[in-house]
Amino acid sequence: MILNEELLAVQRGEQGEAMRKVLNTLVMYGEAFGAERMVKITGRMGHAVIGTGSMTWKPVFDLMEELIDGGALPRQSFTTDPRGVEDHVPMSLMDRAMFKVIFSGQKRMEQEWERMGIKDSNAYTCTAYMKEVGNIPQYGDILGWAESSAVSYVNSVIGARCNRNSGILELMSNILGYVPEFGLLTDEGRKADWIIEVQCQNMPEPQLLGSAIGFKCIEDVPYIRGLDKWLGTELTQTVKDYLKDMGAAAASNGSVGLYHVENITPEAVKHALPDGGNSLIKENAKVFVIDDAEIERVKANYPNPWEGREFKEDAPELAFAGCPHFSCEQLRDWTDRLVDGLKRHGNTQVTVNTIFCAAPDVREAFEKKYPVRARRLKRIGVTISGLCPLSYTSNPLTDKIRIITASNKLRYYSKARFYSEAELVEIITGGWDEKWR
Amino acid sequence: MIKRYKGRVVVPGDVIAEALVTHTGFNTLANLKTAGSFLNPRGVLQDMNNPELYGKKMPGKILCLPETIGSTTGGMVLYCASVMGVGPACMLFSKKADTLAVAGAVLTANWSEHPIILVDDLGDEFLQEIKEGQRIHVKEDGTVLVECEDLFDAAP
Repeated sequence: MILNEELLAVQRGEQGEAMRKVLNTLVMYGEAFGAERMVKITGRMGHAVIGTGSMTWKPVFDLMEELIDGGALPRQSFTTDPRGVEDHVPMSLMDRAMFKVIFSGQKRMEQEWERMGIKDSNAYTCTAYMKEVGNIPQYGDILGWAESSAVSYVNSVIGARCNRNSGILELMSNILGYVPEFGLLTDEGRKADWIIEVQCQNMPEPQLLGSAIGFKCIEDVPYIRGLDKWLGTELTQTVKDYLKDMGAAAASNGSVGLYHVENITPEAVKHALPDGGNSLIKENAKVFVIDDAEIERVKANYPNPWEGREFKEDAPELAFAGCPHFSCEQLRDWTDRLVDGLKRHGNTQVTVNTIFCAAPDVREAFEKKYPVRARRLKRIGVTISGLCPLSYTSNPLTDKIRIITASNKLRYYSKARFYSEAELVEIITGGWDEKWR
Repeated sequence: MIKRYKGRVVVPGDVIAEALVTHTGFNTLANLKTAGSFLNPRGVLQDMNNPELYGKKMPGKILCLPETIGSTTGGMVLYCASVMGVGPACMLFSKKADTLAVAGAVLTANWSEHPIILVDDLGDEFLQEIKEGQRIHVKEDGTVLVECEDLFDAAP
C-alpha cells in the first residue's frame, strides 16, 4: 500500500507507538483486500459497535485504555451501539444483580468513551442516523463505521460509502482519520451481484423480506425490484424505516452491507438507464424471485428456540419490538397498533410485558411530540427503552425468559421466538392462544 | 495419503490441529457471545441456526468455513476469544475471507500474543472434502496438509 506523507510520518512513529500500531493494523487489514491506498474519512461523525460493557469484552476495554494512554484518540466525535440494560426497565432483583456481573465493564467502557470524545450520554443507539440523534452522513461520504444494520443503512439509504468494519477497527479508523480503500468504498464494489425480484401479492414484512435476501445473497450486493409498487419512489420516513428493518435482517442472516432498491435508494435512482436497466447491475448478475411461498418458507425454517424446553407450551413472558431501534414515527405507529388491538380484544393492558426499543433521543422526542400516545403507551404497560435486546439476552437469567419478537436480528442472536409483526401485535394485545404454540 | 491445498496467507503461522467444519456462514457473535466468561468457559459454540457447529468446542481447533456472517462485532469477538484462550488456532476459508474475519485475525496479530492464523481462498473442493476431526497441518506459506501419514514429520 502506498502511504501519503502524513501516514508515513505515523509509520515512522512520529505520533507515538500506539498510532503506529493503529496504522499498521489498518494497513494489514486493507492489504488483505487489495487496497492500494488509504482514503480520508469525510463523514462528520463516527459510529462504533461497542455500547455494552460485557465482561467477555474485557480485552477490548484493555485495548481502548492502551490507545488512550498512548494518546491515540478519535479525530471526530462519535456515537455507539446501545447499552445492554437500563435502570427503568422492569426486572427481578436477581436479573438486576446478574446484569451487574454480566455487564461489569459498563462503567469503565463509558468512562473510556467519554475520554475518547463520545457525542453525549444519549449517543448509545444502533440507529444514530435518526434525525433526533443527528449522526447523519451525506451522500458519498467516506465512513469508518461499524454496526451491521447501520452500515447497511448508511450505504444503501443514504449513499455513503462504508465497509462492514469490525468493532475496534472502526475505532482505529476514526483515530487515524483514514480507511483503506476497497470493497464498498469503490464504484465496482457497489455494483449488484444479484437481482431480487419481489413478486409477493402483498407487501412483505421488512424483516422477513430482508431475511430471505440475506439467506440468498450472503455477502453480495442485491438490486431489489418490485418494492416501489408498495413503497412509492420517495424516501419518506416510513420508507426509510422499512428499509432499515429489511437491511438489518439481511445483515444478520447474511452479511449484506449494501443493497439497492429500484426507483427508491439514491444510487439506484442515479444510475437508472433509459431502457429500464441500471448501470449498477453487473452483467452476470444472478436473478432470484421472492414470492409469498419463499417468505413463508423462510419463516417456517426458523429454528424454534423453545423446542425441547419444559416451558415450550407456556405463554411468553416478554415481548421486544424495535430491533434495530424504532424511529419516532415507528413508536407512534406501533402505539396505535397496540391500542387498536387492545380495543379489538376488549383488553386495557398488554397481555405480555412489552419493551419498545428506541434511541434515548428518539424516546425523548416521541414523548414531546406525541405526549398523549406516550402516556397511553405507559398506561397499557409498555416500556420504552434505549437498551439493546441482544445484549439483554446475554444474561443467562433473562435468556431463559420466554421472549417473543418480530426482529430477525434478535431471534438470530437469542432464544427469542419469532412472530411476524401482525402476529406479535395479536399476541401482545389478545393474549396467548393455542394457535400461537 | 497427503491431501494438499494451497491458499492465500492473511496472517501467517504454523499449526497442527483438528478440523472443525461448517459449510454455511459462521456467525461469530451468535457462536461466541459469552465465550471465555464463567457462562461459557470452554468456548462451546452457541449458534442454534448452525446445526453443524452448535454445542461443539472451538478452542485450539482449525475452523474450516466459507465465510463469517452477522454482527460487525465479529472481529473484536474473535479478538476477545483469542485473548481469553477460547479462540480457534486457525481459520481456513474456502473463499476470500470477509472483512470481519480478517479484522479479527489482524487484531490478534498486532495486539495480542496469540495470533489467529488465517489462510483463505482454498477453493470449494477443500470445504467439500474436509471432515470434522481430521488433523490438519497449516504451514507459514499457506500450504494446508490434511490427514497425512507423515504429519508429525512435517511439523517444524
